[in-house]
Amino acid sequence: MAQRSIELILFRQLATSLAVPVFLVDEAGDLVFLNESAERLLGIRFDDIDELPFEEWSTGFRAREVDGTLLPPDGTPLVRALQDRGPTHQQLVITGNDGVDRTIEVTAFPLEGGRGRLIGAVAMFWEPGEP
Amino acid sequence: MRVTFWGTRGSIASPGPLTQGYGGNTSCVQVSADDGTCLILDAGTGIRALGDALPQDVARIDILLGHLHMDHIQGLGFFGPIFAPGREIHVWGPPSATLDLRGRLSRYLSPPLFPVRLRDVESRLELHNAPAEPTRIGAFEVTAATIIHPGPTVGYRISENGASMAYLSDHEPALGVDGFPVAPAWTSGHDLAAGVDVLVHDGQYSEAERQARIGWGHSSTVEAAAFARQAGAKRLICFHHDPSHDDEAVDRLVEAATAVAAGVLVSGAREGVSLQV
Repeated sequence: MAQRSIELILFRQLATSLAVPVFLVDEAGDLVFLNESAERLLGIRFDDIDELPFEEWSTGFRAREVDGTLLPPDGTPLVRALQDRGPTHQQLVITGNDGVDRTIEVTAFPLEGGRGRLIGAVAMFWEPGEP
Repeated sequence: MRVTFWGTRGSIASPGPLTQGYGGNTSCVQVSADDGTCLILDAGTGIRALGDALPQDVARIDILLGHLHMDHIQGLGFFGPIFAPGREIHVWGPPSATLDLRGRLSRYLSPPLFPVRLRDVESRLELHNAPAEPTRIGAFEVTAATIIHPGPTVGYRISENGASMAYLSDHEPALGVDGFPVAPAWTSGHDLAAGVDVLVHDGQYSEAERQARIGWGHSSTVEAAAFARQAGAKRLICFHHDPSHDDEAVDRLVEAATAVAAGVLVSGAREGVSLQV
């Protein structure tokens, strides 16, 4: 596998040290990393899945609006951040791989490299009621 | 290609009797080809003597800057060819999102830090962003890629007729990593160094010094050896020696790297030494 861009490498290293759940995708939208806090929220272990194509993760957690409306694969905040190259924020309900429904806030933003190249995007998750 | 070390020291020049073996000038490495192509990696204080030694008939000079910290550009204003009317000189450096290369170099090459303004030099000076894609410069194919070091920083890979070398003078690939090295896909600089004949790599610290200076942008010689081993480099030349290290200290750090290099030939960069790749 070719070496990842330095921006993704650095963000992964940062995410490893953060308590806030972080979900990192490349420019194609494929999952390339999630940290331990995100593992707990999504009910999966990164070591078990390694990387996940967009088609799998974008439908795997049944992301839906708080009224129950299912989001299309390209309707999640992370994909909109990637496509629109701008920040997004939304409250969602997801079902983790452990079968547990969780209401979360998602903040997503694109990663652009020094030459203006789109590198990928980051989503950070917040559970309502967290300090 | 021929690789010649004109400056091997990091951070600040440190001449004196205790550093004569490895040298006291800051980063500058010449890479030359049989057809006369002349690349200069970084413009530390070592570039002054190189400028004096360069034949007048070298038609074009390309200076490839890894980044713009002072120990890598301080010699630029003392590089004789830059003041030679009509001499063709190209300077390449890492791109920045805020200011072009000329603007950033001019912060140093202008009063009050320097008496001559960059715009007033008499050579034909052209400034470029380090190429995003492999680029031919004379006999060489040059590849640049961003690597981990504070501020915009690139490493270079240079190839010619099946021979290759990589130059990652200031590099901290172990930053934030438990159990370095991790997978190649997640290792800064891996693709630049993969399978090269000669890897010139940051080896500024001992293991103990490194632990006290995490985030300063440099590696221990042991980390450099681990990086070289994973990249499949045939030879590692530890570079950017700490200014506080005398020759005996550098000897010990090279020995420490050799002990874990597992088949990679390890040495310390010595000012004045030239090798054929």
